[in-house]
Amino acid sequence: MANQVLLKIRRQAGPSELPYWEEFAVPHQPNLNVVAALMEIQLNPVNAQGQRTSPVVWDCSCLEEVCGACSMRINGKARQACSALVDQLTQPIVLEPLSKFPVVRDLMVDRQILFEHLKRVKAWIEVDGYYDMGPGPRIQPKTQEWAYMFSRCMSCGCCTESCPQVNSRTSFMGPAAMAQAYLFNSHPLGASLVEERLAAVMGEGGIAECGKAQNCVRACPKGIPLTDALAEISRDTIKQALRVWRRS
Amino acid sequence: MNNRLVVVGGGLAGLMSCLKAVEAGWQVDVLALGPCKRSHSACAQGGINAALDTRGEGDSPWEHFDDTIYGGDFLANQTPVKGMCEAAPKIIYLFDRLGMQFNRTPEGLIDLRQLGGVKHHRVAFSGSTTGQQLLYALDEQVRRWEDQGKVRRFEGWEFLSALLDDDGCCRGITAQHLASGEIRAFPAGAVIIATGGPGIIFGKTTNSTINTGYAAGTLYRQGVTYANGEFIQIHPTAIPGADKNRLMSESVRGEGGRVWTYKDGKPWYFLEEWYPAYGNLVPRDVATRAIFKVCVDMGLGVDGQNMVYLDLTHMDPQEFERRLGGIIDIYHQFVGEDPRKVPMKIFPAVHYSMGGLWVDFDQMTNIPGLFAAGECEYQYHGANRLGGNGMLSAIYGGMVAGPKAVAYIQGTGKTGDNLPQGLAEGEIKRQQEFQAELLKRDGRENVYQLHREMGQWMNDNVTVVRYNDRLLKTEEKLQELAERYQRISIHDISPIGNQTLAFARQFGAMLDLARAITRGAYLRNESRGAHYKPDFPERDDANWLKTTLARYTPAGPEISYEPVELSYIKPRKRQYETDKGVSKVG
Repeated sequence: MANQVLLKIRRQAGPSELPYWEEFAVPHQPNLNVVAALMEIQLNPVNAQGQRTSPVVWDCSCLEEVCGACSMRINGKARQACSALVDQLTQPIVLEPLSKFPVVRDLMVDRQILFEHLKRVKAWIEVDGYYDMGPGPRIQPKTQEWAYMFSRCMSCGCCTESCPQVNSRTSFMGPAAMAQAYLFNSHPLGASLVEERLAAVMGEGGIAECGKAQNCVRACPKGIPLTDALAEISRDTIKQALRVWRRS
Repeated sequence: MNNRLVVVGGGLAGLMSCLKAVEAGWQVDVLALGPCKRSHSACAQGGINAALDTRGEGDSPWEHFDDTIYGGDFLANQTPVKGMCEAAPKIIYLFDRLGMQFNRTPEGLIDLRQLGGVKHHRVAFSGSTTGQQLLYALDEQVRRWEDQGKVRRFEGWEFLSALLDDDGCCRGITAQHLASGEIRAFPAGAVIIATGGPGIIFGKTTNSTINTGYAAGTLYRQGVTYANGEFIQIHPTAIPGADKNRLMSESVRGEGGRVWTYKDGKPWYFLEEWYPAYGNLVPRDVATRAIFKVCVDMGLGVDGQNMVYLDLTHMDPQEFERRLGGIIDIYHQFVGEDPRKVPMKIFPAVHYSMGGLWVDFDQMTNIPGLFAAGECEYQYHGANRLGGNGMLSAIYGGMVAGPKAVAYIQGTGKTGDNLPQGLAEGEIKRQQEFQAELLKRDGRENVYQLHREMGQWMNDNVTVVRYNDRLLKTEEKLQELAERYQRISIHDISPIGNQTLAFARQFGAMLDLARAITRGAYLRNESRGAHYKPDFPERDDANWLKTTLARYTPAGPEISYEPVELSYIKPRKRQYETDKGVSKVG
């Protein structure tokens, strides 16, 4: 049926419930994306078999790929649902929750661990206070442009999802946290915490767990050069290790 | 003494107020609908105003102040706006120290660009994701204090109601954990509400899906005055879409983008023709009405549809990649055409609410102990907001609210520890009963369908052009929707992640605010800023230079007015055909 969009959705009623599949057919519209298709289910919560069901639960907010909320697996690939245009996808469109995070319900997962990792690598600048103390350091445009690539990371979880090293046998924090450590280490005022960040990066779940599969850089919806950051921070940890060794 | 403050909202205003309170030695609970990085502040694109005058144009905080007051058609109280404009350069420098990735000049200084209604380069920016970058800078700092135990984040929690004691003072809030359904109280000596705008009332807008206005609508019902609700900004340039109208930043015009359509077979740059002094950089309300006139009244939209061109194709592709990258990608991704090669097709869309919770100069609402900052309050933009002032007002409002809330608690001695017996328990019970009642409704109406109808009506009748007969019909429609709302069915009884239940709750508050907005618009028989009535086409200072105040009653909004504070700049006619000039200092 050309005027309908077929969706096959992996659903789960709660964190400890068993998953099941449910199919839906929603009306087609030009430029329809996956979020808009899910909204159609809210308007008419009936499955493809014509049975009344509960509306599908998923996370979303900005719908313009800047907030990072609506990550899910779409036809097997982790990406943002808002920018997944229906006309560019094979049907039935298979929607699944991200697999590397605990399911809350249906397509909604708990990604709090991403923010815990940002805490572990101290992804911030230690300023003295939040009042006027004059301008910050001058920064060359080229330096800013490079840093801006990394500062656009929206913690969507797609790189974590795609990384083979993030699994139940390792504690790898994943590419995003490593890249943020690199970003803050590169900033002139971020330098005060370089050694602490590198210690975290060299510790458990750190850069040593990276298997260089390079999936992350392909999965990132924002095109952040994650593998460059991983290589740089890896090199920095070696220098740091040497420094510590010389001191001892 | 319990040194704890509650901040509701994880965007720029909420996080800034949190940091200022932490700096004052206080502990803060921050509640947000989701991870703070996903707040709607992330969607702000163009930049943030500050009269840094690094281009030798003679810009100054006074010029910024005058542009803001003039751009807002003299409806904003002047003292807080003046404070904001004076603080702006310091705010930019603070973010500079936080590691904010502002675009730079070759010398390494913060680069500036121009936005509408302004003759100076005054906008600091970070590509076209300035809001995202400002938000992340604050989010990182809050994480730093979270790591040290000064801040507790409750992400995925929604504000339900304020706890009000017998003196009518705010003593905390109730909130719900959306994943588990748990409802609990957060007692505190003061609460700062920073929950953003109510755009979703208008259906498809540039806003995030979380911008329902639920918190503001609930507080309005609890007795907070809602001010200037009728002033809704319609952004001239958005990409029409099935699920939302995506913002196409004003910075496109700031960087040289031109707006046109075909007339007599030739490109017609109507903004440049009609407004020679400002051209494509007229303020948003002016540009929106012009595009509306061209499409709706003259029938000259592109392909006969409600769209005009926003054209960048004459620009150096590398330069605008550097300065506008993010939004060019958005257009490319969602429309499938490359703006470097083909002009973009755009149309106005609801974008921002100038109105909001009434606050005093300390950011406190009429309920003692309840503060508000950011788009959810009304204070900084008068009848129309200038581009680049939205993020500034959110940050500045947060900077004021944090320390003022702390000072308030110190002055009253009311804290989260000494709540009246039964206050929190009673309110939790009331919320639980209300939700149980919502779940029991088993009529034939679908709340998402009702919302779609409300959005359509509000968009058609309470936006760019307003007529009194249509506003009255809209009020009738809203009452009809309120009746049908009693006959909804949730289709979902699970406590876990029940989004339909949450939306049904939010919808009730949206209806209340929609009525306040519509009534304010109906009564204001003049045209000022974003509020335009063809039957009353002029600004009428003799009768309407006053702030609208809406109070909730079960029968509908009760409207009164208060005078605008005009301590510095005398009202003058607002027009953009010619250079606006600037009022004398002091």
